[in-house]
Amino acid sequence: MSQSSVFVTTFLAAAVEVIEMVIIVVGVGSVRGWRSTWLGAGGGLAVLAVLVLAFGAALTAVPIGALRLVVGSLLLVFGLQWLRKGIARVSANGLRGMGERTASAEGVPGHGVDWTALVLSFKGVLLEGLEVAFIVVSFGLTAQALRSAVLGAAAAFVVIAGAGLLARGLVQRVPRSALQLLVGTLLSSFGTFWAVEGLGVAWPGSDAAILVLVGWYLLAAASYVGVLRRRAHRLVAQEAVR
Amino acid sequence: MILRWLKGFGRFWYGFIIGDDWTVAATVAVALVVTWLLHTAAVAAWWLPPLAAVVVVGVSLRRASR
Repeated sequence: MSQSSVFVTTFLAAAVEVIEMVIIVVGVGSVRGWRSTWLGAGGGLAVLAVLVLAFGAALTAVPIGALRLVVGSLLLVFGLQWLRKGIARVSANGLRGMGERTASAEGVPGHGVDWTALVLSFKGVLLEGLEVAFIVVSFGLTAQALRSAVLGAAAAFVVIAGAGLLARGLVQRVPRSALQLLVGTLLSSFGTFWAVEGLGVAWPGSDAAILVLVGWYLLAAASYVGVLRRRAHRLVAQEAVR
Repeated sequence: MILRWLKGFGRFWYGFIIGDDWTVAATVAVALVVTWLLHTAAVAAWWLPPLAAVVVVGVSLRRASR
């Protein structure tokens, strides 16, 4: 394998993981606020840097399966909470957003650290960062081109993280109720994917299964919103008859 | 002070995992255990957690809207 093919292969493989990392950070930051989300992301990168420096090539000995199961399960149960709240709010308010609710009404502390945002972004960055580190170590050592593998992963991080920063403004224009539903869908999808993968169960289509999961949860959310809206209209009609 | 910190720590994780409906987390846990059991019996069970997750969210929404 040539140096350039190692660079391109590592870039593409790392890009898939970095996209997942950026989606979680941008989604959580848009819903919960950015300060604690950046703290969590920075903490995740710092722990990752310490692990990479301490273990180096021995990093592949980290039990990634157990880590995927724990992080995936936690993201799944938390993502389902947001999905449920998002469905309830969108069915009640439509896509108009949530009006003039304050940060504390959202469950986000007005001051101090928002631990929910911090933990979510920390876990997303650490797990995905470890996966990128595994890709670099395995590709780089196998092809004896560690420098090209490191450069490929670093380029993927810069390009995807830059795109994520640009997309941040667009994401923040989405009404918060819809955003909560959307981020709940994404967290549930990644959580399901990682938890099942952590059990050692292979997904059909590998990483592409995440897209199917996103579609599955969005379809379910749209169906539930429809059911709740129809029920609300029926109740209003019954009240009017009385 | 340590006790207060421990209480806060416990409350945070309770809210993070259990939230306002414990049945969601319990269903996810049971679904993952059953998935693992089916996997060890060489049965493809990747479909079980997403199915269980959607069903439990529907049941939880129905209960909350009553």
